[in-house]
Amino acid sequence: MISLKDKDIISILDFTKEEILYILEISARMETEACPDILKGKILANLFFEPSTRTRLSFEAAMKRLGGQVIGFDELGTTSTVKGESLRDSVKIIEGYCDIIVLRHFLEGASRLTADSVGIPVVNAGDGASQHPTQTFVDLYAIKKAKGDIENLSVGFLGDLKYGRTAHSLAYALSHFNADMYFVSPPSLRMPKDYIEELEIRGVSYQEVESIADVSEKLDILYCTRIQKERFAEPVEYEKVRGLYKLSKSIMDELNVKDDLKILHPLPRVDEMDESLDATEYAMYFQQAHSGIPVREALLASVLGAIK
Amino acid sequence: MKKLEVSAIEEGTVIDQIANESTFKVANILNTQKIEQVVLVAFNLSSKKLGKKGIIKIGGKLLTQEEVNKISLIAPDATVNIIKDSEVVKKFTVDIPDSIEEFMKCFNPNCVSNHQKIISRFHVINKNPIRIRCHYCERHMGVDDIELV
Repeated sequence: MISLKDKDIISILDFTKEEILYILEISARMETEACPDILKGKILANLFFEPSTRTRLSFEAAMKRLGGQVIGFDELGTTSTVKGESLRDSVKIIEGYCDIIVLRHFLEGASRLTADSVGIPVVNAGDGASQHPTQTFVDLYAIKKAKGDIENLSVGFLGDLKYGRTAHSLAYALSHFNADMYFVSPPSLRMPKDYIEELEIRGVSYQEVESIADVSEKLDILYCTRIQKERFAEPVEYEKVRGLYKLSKSIMDELNVKDDLKILHPLPRVDEMDESLDATEYAMYFQQAHSGIPVREALLASVLGAIK
Repeated sequence: MKKLEVSAIEEGTVIDQIANESTFKVANILNTQKIEQVVLVAFNLSSKKLGKKGIIKIGGKLLTQEEVNKISLIAPDATVNIIKDSEVVKKFTVDIPDSIEEFMKCFNPNCVSNHQKIISRFHVINKNPIRIRCHYCERHMGVDDIELV
């Protein structure tokens, strides 16, 4: 019997295949069943040391839909951090105000440090260029909805694979499900060697290429990521690679792809996906974004012990 | 009788089979500049196992477990010989620990362990070749990335 009560959600590496499938199953239940009171009396603290409107609001919406309440902040300037307080002290104090902490931070590993410091569940809502596990559960759920199953798929990852934390986490998660992975990026934005090593340890079949045309015909899923301006120290480096990996309806018409290929993207997009794609059968990204609520409901309800 | 390339010591510790390029790093770990008794450091010695190796002999010193753990990370083939009355009374190969705390620095400048006053922690995920994962940021490090503190 799987129970995720009191489990921290820090890294997809912490989850077994069975636990991932369990969360997807609960997510499907959350999408079809109304559970307005299962988190009544519970308080979630949204601690956003780095801005992210979408992720913060989706956690807030998920918590409120299940009857819980939300406190928190979304900018560093209002916190005691600017007075020099350590992260550990901050979260140990906030622990007394709430039942669960959702944390976004600009330092990699901040969520793990928080989880080690407090006795309540901690959810990593993105720390630096590291992992973003709840987005990964959203991505997996969207893939399952699109394909019916997440086993044995050929999945392409396109764009910024160096800094794109959602791509890192998704690749780890799919390693449980016998996926063939194709990493499509410019050389300067390749998947970091750490992640490649971890995939090799897990026996994943993968290929790194620079052009989507080289692998497009094999793909069941194409996972696009934004080239993130804020991750570049030099603007000139950003300008060099932006727009290199654009998708549009006309480009898809030219590529050799499977009819049932689905395109996912964690959003927001900039140049990498033209709006002409939105009306095609390939586009899955808006449904994917809408999956954010039931998946986060499932995660919150599971770790707070509200799922029997 | 085989001629010694480096003079023997009567009491102390001999660290042998040090990866040649790590010899001075090991000497630094042991803070050899501050040792008052005899210290012999040699490198570019021939070794069947390593090709070229380093060796360090320190009079009157026994290694701490932390020093042995540190040496294991940068010279995983090293052997430690305890010498008494010019005889080897104990010999062992260093063993890379499964986890590391405190004496190593994460090489990721954006890792929380480099910005907050916390004890760094690492998990050894592979011993040969050595690969270490930071407990916090999960970045992997190889032998060239290891910075001991």
